[in-house]
Amino acid sequence: MSLSRADRQLVTLLRGCALLAAAIVLLILLFLVKESWPVLRHVALTRFVSDASWHPMDGLYKLTPMLSATLYSTLGAVLLATPLGIASALFSRYYAPSLLAGCYRRLIELLAGIPSVVYGFWGLITLVPLIGRLHPPGVSLLTGILVLTLMILPTVALTVDAALAAVPIAYLRGAAALGLSRWGLISGVALPAARSGIIAGIMLAAGRAIGETMAVLMVAGNVVQQPLGLFDSVRTLTSNIALEMAYATGDHRAALFVSGLALMSTLLVVVGTAELLSREPQHD
Amino acid sequence: MTKNSLATGLIWLAAILVSGVFFWLLSDILIHGLPHLSWSFLAEAPRNAGRSGGIGSIIVSTVLILAVAMVTAAPLSLATAVLLSEFTRYDSVFGRLVRSSLDVLAGVPSIVFGLFGNAFFCIYLDLGFSILSGGLTLACMVLPILIRTAEEGLQATPNDYRLAAAALGMSRSAALVHLLLPTAIPALVAGLMLGIGRAVAETAALIFTSGYVDRMPDSLFDSGRALSVHIYDLSMNVAGGDASAFSSALVLILLLLIINSIAMGLAKHWLHRGVVTA
Amino acid sequence: MNLIINPKKEPIDKTHKDEAYTLGPLQAGPPCCEPEPLIRVDKLSLHYGKKPALENVSLDIYKRCITALIGPSGCGKTSFLSVLNRMTDMIPDCRVSGNVHFDGRDLRHPALDVQGLRRDIGMIFQKPVPFPLSIRRNIELPLREHGMSKQADLNEVMQQVLQDVGLWDEVKDRLESSALALSGGQQQRLCIARALALKPKVLLMDEPCSALDPISSGVVEDLVQRLRGKYTVVIVTHNLAQARRIANYAGFFWIKDQRAGCLIEFGRCKQIFEAPAHELTAAYVNGNRG
Repeated sequence: MSLSRADRQLVTLLRGCALLAAAIVLLILLFLVKESWPVLRHVALTRFVSDASWHPMDGLYKLTPMLSATLYSTLGAVLLATPLGIASALFSRYYAPSLLAGCYRRLIELLAGIPSVVYGFWGLITLVPLIGRLHPPGVSLLTGILVLTLMILPTVALTVDAALAAVPIAYLRGAAALGLSRWGLISGVALPAARSGIIAGIMLAAGRAIGETMAVLMVAGNVVQQPLGLFDSVRTLTSNIALEMAYATGDHRAALFVSGLALMSTLLVVVGTAELLSREPQHD
Repeated sequence: MTKNSLATGLIWLAAILVSGVFFWLLSDILIHGLPHLSWSFLAEAPRNAGRSGGIGSIIVSTVLILAVAMVTAAPLSLATAVLLSEFTRYDSVFGRLVRSSLDVLAGVPSIVFGLFGNAFFCIYLDLGFSILSGGLTLACMVLPILIRTAEEGLQATPNDYRLAAAALGMSRSAALVHLLLPTAIPALVAGLMLGIGRAVAETAALIFTSGYVDRMPDSLFDSGRALSVHIYDLSMNVAGGDASAFSSALVLILLLLIINSIAMGLAKHWLHRGVVTA
Repeated sequence: MNLIINPKKEPIDKTHKDEAYTLGPLQAGPPCCEPEPLIRVDKLSLHYGKKPALENVSLDIYKRCITALIGPSGCGKTSFLSVLNRMTDMIPDCRVSGNVHFDGRDLRHPALDVQGLRRDIGMIFQKPVPFPLSIRRNIELPLREHGMSKQADLNEVMQQVLQDVGLWDEVKDRLESSALALSGGQQQRLCIARALALKPKVLLMDEPCSALDPISSGVVEDLVQRLRGKYTVVIVTHNLAQARRIANYAGFFWIKDQRAGCLIEFGRCKQIFEAPAHELTAAYVNGNRG
């Protein structure tokens, strides 16, 4: 590249800024490790699973109840949100008349932007009493799952919508010319063609559910116990951090940072899988 | 044929269910939040832990936190986007490194940002619980969004401008400043709006960085409570705070509606402008 | 300095000391006889990645003459043009070998001031590329970038070049309006004016008329013809009749079997069209091939 001197100076400046931006993620990891170190120094990683319970004040650091809570709530939310999200995308793309489809899509986009605290608040005010009537108390794993479903549904719907939009129209025309019914066209051609995008969308939503803090904190009950039933009160990993950071010191605080690292690693795995799956070539 | 009808039925049912629940949510907030909403609510300070009074100081804190976040993140993200779009080959090692780290950054959950912000800004840099800490933490959060939209905006500018400017002996920086950036401005602002929308919805990252204090902040180093944090506090820790919480939630949603409409309006304008015909 | 623009269009030349490039009104110059070569190209080859685009091209561009490069699409004429003002630097994976000398200097030397070069060698693209700015800013921007700052000087140059390309009367009342609102032909003339404002020694034109309607095309071709004698012009064109009308010299390009372009024949325009030495040239100019 034939750059003038002014250009070269600009590039140096820009490179500095870009390096700064790129360094932030490293800085985050660095500080997570740094703050976890006090407890990692003398507590083996296995103890985070094998200890009797989570009582950091007494030196017990079992994270599994909270890991399970995170896992189950994410799983439940993904199981509910995936069909509803895909159905929403199919609705706006193939079933609804164009005006309705546009409105519906706008609605979903609006809901994607609503803060988690508003979802949590509404869940607390409306869903908790309802579930409570079913099986007291209202705060439970189920309520958490329902609120999480609401939150990740727009993510699934929007990414699946984008994946469906990328299906070449020639495929659909070809299928229609063969006399396939609308559902046949969708299940036989559109969905398989958009498969990698759909899977990526699900992974993205799962990642969001794992990382979600406020909404679940407000409706799931926050008792540290292994969830054995849908109506058990649970505390996720994220909610744990949010609740105890306020007063945690020393090893306790460091243990919270360890759970932060655990969260990051889980997410990296999910995001990594999503990346790999979305790069998979089409085999049809 | 019945499979087709079944599918059609189920899909319509799903759409009705989904939109039903969402309308239920939105109408709840509207119905319960509207009565309490007034100009005095927006201007007064909270009284009695927020049960009465208004959200004036909260709004000020929120605006300050957003301002700090945007003032820090916007130049940095623009610079990175310009580098990635104009001065880096797509397959260069440096470019891939920067892009990958930004992708990971985009996936970090907000609570982890809260942990990081607390450890780095509040404690290590000794800024304490302050608007500055909260704003800087949010800046880290919105950086990936701002960079991505800015880069897209720059890539959408016609390449002919770059070639014509080069053929006239203009430096790349001159072409950038006089031609490319002005053309990309609607996209840049749309991206900024998206970033603001994301930042204003943030709660978990702010609880341990900007603090809880609900009075009017004296300075950027003072603690301040953002709107989302206020809603959280009212609903979880303050008995009888629901009414105010509804109104605050309504304000927050209206704010987001406005921001998103601006962003979408600009994005459409940008799409039209980008199609320049000779 | 008293700027008097004589309505008979004889402004006073005061900004440029070099007598060869007066800011005079453009008229068709005298035909060149015994001109000297300004650009010497020797065994130029060009590769995009692994694909060869040009192979062993050698020719001379003569001063103040119009040289037309003719030949079918894809035989490297545009690539050849891009080498002359180092636009190939902007294409990744592009390798150039061979020698090009401009005014005695090695044009391909890595330490050459490329921005200065592009001021001396201007380029007009096939599709008119006016900047999304006002007409005035379109012309002033490159001038300012190259150091001219006094508004009076800028105004003078702008008026002169707009008069030269025949746009002045059409746009003098709307200099602040957007250049994008002009018609295709007007935009292309604006681009030529913009290039002329930098007082180039050479103008490279890549099919400047092909994206225009016939009337605008005629106007631009007229303008190109009037550049002869004052400017050195290298014009790539598909329009054989046009080449015949306006050029002094012509170079005929063709694609070899390996898909690389090469120069078949180069010489005075009259000779190429009326008595070509190579049979391929004869076939092409007579419409039998290509």
